[in-house]
Amino acid sequence: MTKKNRFNSSERCKMDFFIQLLINGISIGFLYGLSAMGFVMIFKSSSVLNFAHGEVLAFGAFLFLALVTSAQLPVWLGFLVTLAGTFVLGFVIERIFLRPLIGEPLIQVIMLTVGLAAMFKGGMLLVWGGNLYTYPDFLPEGLGISWGIVQVPPVYVAAVIIGSLFLLMFGLFFKFSSQGIYMRSVADNQTAALSLGVHVRRVFALSWAIAALVAGISGIVLGIINGINVHELSSIGLKVFPVVILGGLDSIGGAIIGGLIIGLLETFTGGYLSPSLRDVVPYIALVFILLVKPYGLFGLVEIERV
Amino acid sequence: MKTLRFRPCGNFKVQYREELDVFETDFGRLWAAIGLVLLFAVLPWIASPYFLYVLNLIGIAAIAALGLNILVGYTGLISLGHGAFFGVGAYSAGILAVTYDVPFLAVVPLAGIVTAVVGMVFGIPSGRLKGLYLTIATLAGQFIIEYVLVHWESVTGGTMGITLPAPSLLGVAIVGDMSFFYVIYATAVVMIFGAVNLMRTRYGRAFVAIRDNDQAAEGMGIPIFRYKLLAFAVSSFYAGVAGALWAYYMISITAEPFTLGLSVEYIAMIIIGGLGSIPGAVFGTVFITLLNEGLRWVTDTIMNMGGLAGVELTMAPLREFVFGLAIVLFILFEPRGLAEVWRIVRSNFKLWPFSY
Amino acid sequence: MSENKLLVINNISVVYSDVIQVLKGVSLTVEPGQVVSLLGSNGAGKTTTLKAISGLLKPENGEVTEGSVLFDGKPIHNHSPETITRAGIIQVLEGRQPFKYLTIEENLRVGTATRWGKPYKQDLEKVYHYFPALTKRRRTLAGYCSGGEMQMLVIGRALMAHPKLLLLDEPSLGLAPLIVREIFQIIERINREDGTTIVLVEQNANMALQIATYGYVMENGKIVMEGRAEELRENPDVKEFYLGMGVAGTKSYRDVKAYKRRKRWL
Repeated sequence: MTKKNRFNSSERCKMDFFIQLLINGISIGFLYGLSAMGFVMIFKSSSVLNFAHGEVLAFGAFLFLALVTSAQLPVWLGFLVTLAGTFVLGFVIERIFLRPLIGEPLIQVIMLTVGLAAMFKGGMLLVWGGNLYTYPDFLPEGLGISWGIVQVPPVYVAAVIIGSLFLLMFGLFFKFSSQGIYMRSVADNQTAALSLGVHVRRVFALSWAIAALVAGISGIVLGIINGINVHELSSIGLKVFPVVILGGLDSIGGAIIGGLIIGLLETFTGGYLSPSLRDVVPYIALVFILLVKPYGLFGLVEIERV
Repeated sequence: MKTLRFRPCGNFKVQYREELDVFETDFGRLWAAIGLVLLFAVLPWIASPYFLYVLNLIGIAAIAALGLNILVGYTGLISLGHGAFFGVGAYSAGILAVTYDVPFLAVVPLAGIVTAVVGMVFGIPSGRLKGLYLTIATLAGQFIIEYVLVHWESVTGGTMGITLPAPSLLGVAIVGDMSFFYVIYATAVVMIFGAVNLMRTRYGRAFVAIRDNDQAAEGMGIPIFRYKLLAFAVSSFYAGVAGALWAYYMISITAEPFTLGLSVEYIAMIIIGGLGSIPGAVFGTVFITLLNEGLRWVTDTIMNMGGLAGVELTMAPLREFVFGLAIVLFILFEPRGLAEVWRIVRSNFKLWPFSY
Repeated sequence: MSENKLLVINNISVVYSDVIQVLKGVSLTVEPGQVVSLLGSNGAGKTTTLKAISGLLKPENGEVTEGSVLFDGKPIHNHSPETITRAGIIQVLEGRQPFKYLTIEENLRVGTATRWGKPYKQDLEKVYHYFPALTKRRRTLAGYCSGGEMQMLVIGRALMAHPKLLLLDEPSLGLAPLIVREIFQIIERINREDGTTIVLVEQNANMALQIATYGYVMENGKIVMEGRAEELRENPDVKEFYLGMGVAGTKSYRDVKAYKRRKRWL
């Protein structure tokens, strides 16, 4: 006699519900973490809070949509072109809008990204409208895992796979590649990096480009899960804030853990308390964290030596 | 008898208190008086009803933008929750007027005070947080307030909203654009005058000191937490008063307009007008409101023309796009805003033909 | 004339924020293989001179307004730090500024930025050869190293770039005398073994003049004295004001003559 048989059916149902929520939460959290990672990257290298992150994310999702539906590209090619497109977009944003503001007060830079966000969102709404689109089915059915009574749909499996793959890639990039080390050096001490000939402006541009690329990936995966809608996707850009605050603004690993926590918090609130509370809960958590542990759970403790 | 003071050719101030003068010359005083007369005695009588409506919107928005400029432009605390505070003002006015039957004259300042308290609650993180983190905290405030306005149904009426009674002032009912014009602009003038004078006091100077360098300010004995909270309170008070007037003017309110978009709109106003400038807040409001109405006109025209061609142009995205563009362009090309443009134009006139 | 000169500074003026003039006509020349030391009290303009060479004035809103800086016969003043470092001039900043959150080895790898993509393993070995103390800490975060190790790290980091001209800004700042001696010995070795030309800015005039071949003394944004290192060491004024060895042993503030002589410098 296994333990399970002792549960009556309603308890089993509860258990299933719980596990389903857990899985949803983890996959969503992974994607939040992935989106937050790009955001943290920009903050780390150039201390800019990018309020247009969600719009870039949405742009990636829509670019992919246009490529695989209107342009009829094969999925893998569309994916690669989208990555290239978002990479270029990030580069161009830095080049045209952010570079003239190097050295200007913080508020100007923040407000610029707020302006950019409004601009992009408006632009995308003009092109695609506020409708909900879906990608054509391209994930193999076999990707789904059924685990006893718990079903994990293919999209969630894909989300976790793509998420961890890119996470690993960027982790290795920052830890071992020369360009990654240069980027970290600029984040650490800009003047010293400059004195050693690190191309600081190139690092800024590169971090925007990579951040946009990561945002594009998360946009596509979120689009697969929830469908593609300008409002939905660009609001993810704001949900990144509780995530990064929880993880610490300057910690990439913290961004992932923060993403998981917020993802779980959201799905469980949605599942057990009320669906409408779901979207506010991250911000309530945010205010509490700010009051209790202002620099996040994993923010760098300043190494101070006098 | 007092001699008339004209524009000095250079800085001839000999006493510190002269730095505090509101009007540098008697002509400045004269122009202010003429402006007020034109505003109150002439403008409402020559304006068309639609123009009067736009003017009223400008007046209300100017009060709120002024409050935001005190917080952002003068104290250097970036807030993305001003739209929600405006909403708090509107709803407290609605609740006070409907549920508690408070007369109009008391509702407006009370709504301001309620909003000030709410603003202070969200300003508490400012004690520990600097710059970026605080901005994020106000963003959270925006979402939380929005949620409460929609979901606290027993008080706010949920999605149904609240319908306010027609206000009356000293027994005279205020109905129609014209009477609202007087109410709104009288309030606006008082609020602007209040802001100008606030900035001349030690509080105003403390705000500016905190903006420029909060550690230095603290070192000079300014209790920065208290002053930051005060800045939040003052700013939200302005938003609350504006919100209350708006609620009465619109008669029925729902939580729909008080989104992050509105907060961004206010930010756009003060950036385009000029941060840390009282006329700037007013210029920015005029600019954005006119832009809004202009865009509405453009979309309407295009819709009428292209209705048959299947051109579907909706107002909201275009508006959002143009707002974003305006913010970006101003930050890139005239970061000190319209107030600076105005100053340059004025000094060109004043100094012509010897512009040095 | 500047045929065999590595660096020639012709009468440069440096102005910060368009108003604050810091250097007022500084000229100096550095020949290949030399160690040139730049002495002077605080605020004399030594660091600014180095920054004018390495291009690091720009981030601080400074500018060379007059004169020229020639490196290998080519003008480099007001160029960006990226181009100047790629030409072979690397500055080691004052006050030990390692990348605190990078390990020692990662710090050293940042030094390869000017030669991105080229192999660097051999250079790492060379740096560990000069600074054996760093070898056993190669995986530690630089922020947790001692002051001496940090100083070694930042010098080693600069060596990774294969500099033709190394600008050292106060390597002795805040270090124990023994460590200072060790670091100066290594600087001398770098000069001798690699043939790296070095410009050394120092407060510790005694140490600096021991390893230098030529010296300049700066006061108030001007060069007030120059000469071969051993001549400077013997000069009575230098002895009194910078080496702290008064002619008559201890010095009294009532010594009007000394005051007047001091005045002449300023």
